Amino acid sequence: MNARRRLALPLRYAAAIAFTLFFIFPVYWLFIISFKTPAEIFSYPPVWYPKSIQFANYWVLFKDGDAFTVWNSLVLASISTLIAMVLGTMCAYSLVRFRTGGENLAVWIISQRLMPPIAIIFPIFLLYVWLGWVDTYHGLIILYTAFSLPYVIWMMRGYIEEVPIELEESALVDGCTRWEVLWKVVFPMVRAGLFATAVFTFVFAWNDFIFALVLTRTEVITYTVQVTHYFGGQSNFWAKIAAMSVLGTVPIFLAVATMQRFLVRGISMGAVKG
Amino acid sequence: MAELTIHGLHKRFGPVEVLRGIDLKVSSGEFAVLVGPSGCGKSTLLRTIAGLEDIDRGTIEIDGREVNDVRPRDRDIAMVFQNYALYPYMNVSDNIAFGLRARRTPEAETQRRVRSAAELLGIGGLLERYPRHLSGGQRQRVAIGRAIVRNPKLFLFDEPLSNLDAQLRDEMRSEIKRLHQDLAATMIYVTHDQIEAMTLADRIVLMNSGQIEQVGAPLDLYDRPATRFVAGFLGSPKINLLQGRLVANGRSLAFEASDGTSLALPAALAAAAHAHVDRSVTLGVRPQHIGEASGIAGRNEVTLRTAIELVQPTGSRTYVTARLADAAVVAETDAHAALKPGATIDLAFDMGHAILIDPESGKVFAHGLAE
Repeated sequence: MNARRRLALPLRYAAAIAFTLFFIFPVYWLFIISFKTPAEIFSYPPVWYPKSIQFANYWVLFKDGDAFTVWNSLVLASISTLIAMVLGTMCAYSLVRFRTGGENLAVWIISQRLMPPIAIIFPIFLLYVWLGWVDTYHGLIILYTAFSLPYVIWMMRGYIEEVPIELEESALVDGCTRWEVLWKVVFPMVRAGLFATAVFTFVFAWNDFIFALVLTRTEVITYTVQVTHYFGGQSNFWAKIAAMSVLGTVPIFLAVATMQRFLVRGISMGAVKG
Repeated sequence: MAELTIHGLHKRFGPVEVLRGIDLKVSSGEFAVLVGPSGCGKSTLLRTIAGLEDIDRGTIEIDGREVNDVRPRDRDIAMVFQNYALYPYMNVSDNIAFGLRARRTPEAETQRRVRSAAELLGIGGLLERYPRHLSGGQRQRVAIGRAIVRNPKLFLFDEPLSNLDAQLRDEMRSEIKRLHQDLAATMIYVTHDQIEAMTLADRIVLMNSGQIEQVGAPLDLYDRPATRFVAGFLGSPKINLLQGRLVANGRSLAFEASDGTSLALPAALAAAAHAHVDRSVTLGVRPQHIGEASGIAGRNEVTLRTAIELVQPTGSRTYVTARLADAAVVAETDAHAALKPGATIDLAFDMGHAILIDPESGKVFAHGLAE
């Protein structure tokens, strides 16, 4: 029994390390390619780690203006997240506290999320051509907001349901308006859920490919679409693909790292009661 | 300080009518306790006064101003909730100051009032703590502090002591009573606990299925209940209710149980009961008005010999359950009386405190205690 136990721990560590390496390696490879020279990228046997870190691949992206597509992604994802969070939280509050739409509206709203984007992208494209919204910031922001709203409403509904109603009633009696109650009581109470939902909403817009591919031309191309430009008929620009992908990954890393405290709490908050 | 007047108040939740025509007046500075079994509508009534529930019919006036359509924040009331409703993300000081800040009170004034309220409630040392670090009693003190700093016209308490353990409840009860004496404010207090109602109230409003059953001073309700429900709700152990008939014995009247046991009625009780002769009635006698006979019959006293079924000592008094006809009767005896189940006992009924109830209407038609 004891001997088996003594063996078990190193085995568990070994397994954990093996799994970690297995999943971390592609990320490492992506980062490392972005720092390699073209010769190193194509050499055989492969270069596991470059002799020197060089930033030429990034420099090209900034010089040619390709890096601007990351800025586009940032603008589109941030603004649509902000709008979706504000509107969605208000809608969720109304669903919970005023029983807006009875029992079924909430389910009806989340069912919008089940529609595959590809099924509606071409009608939307035609609509946007008619409206003149193709290749504009507001066009994509409105679309991302519309797509994120059901998710935000669904998530925030769960968090708001857990706020004890007496806290709100006490604030109403103590001199607050409904808006003040929302701001001073509900928001602080659901803060963790608010951040967790915002991160996922942001990631959705940030990672979107299909809407941006169809609805952008030259002005508001996002980084996901830009990366595909580097896959050519003759050759693939691996250096640019890697560097652009890193630029697209870093903001998400930062967002998740800074919000981690809230993310864990926010995700588990919803877990207790659906 | 304010006066509250309610006229013909009706409120329904879907098909259920929870308040069915409430008329109530609470005078300035009065401590009124709304009491009744759960589901009687007492909390809903309190919430309509606060403005947290809309009403379907009737009027609510605070100091002569109709507030039916006035938002809760503009009614100048403070409310204390059963689960304290403290904001977990604020410390005690900010919790107490919440209402003052919501009303944009100058900060220096806010600080001063928070401190004096905290001193009054003995939580001056806890101002920097967060609610999760407080005991139940401390939390309820903070919740009360949040109400009193506002210096509102009307205080509403919704079962504020129900979440506390028995000992703390006694302590907080006296605290609230003292607070009412110090502040001389109008307070409306909801509870399902008759002891709280009896000890705190200037006036008890006893409710039953959406209506007010009786309103009056605690001892008035206790001694002269208007209905069978009121008689049964107040008092612990419960009043003894015996089924029987009213029979005439020449000029005097007597209550006769199903087995023929007869209890003579004193003049005061008989005077109001003549209309019910030869009809079935319910006799109500509280346990403390039934005791072990001392051998010397007192005025209005009727003695019966019966068998003891159960003995329950409480320390101060001992409750004896005995059989009378087909009913169990609880009597209050001396704590140190040597009584055993199975033994016989002579029970003395103080009929001067008895009541007679019409079993059909449930109304009390005769009180042994004169008005």
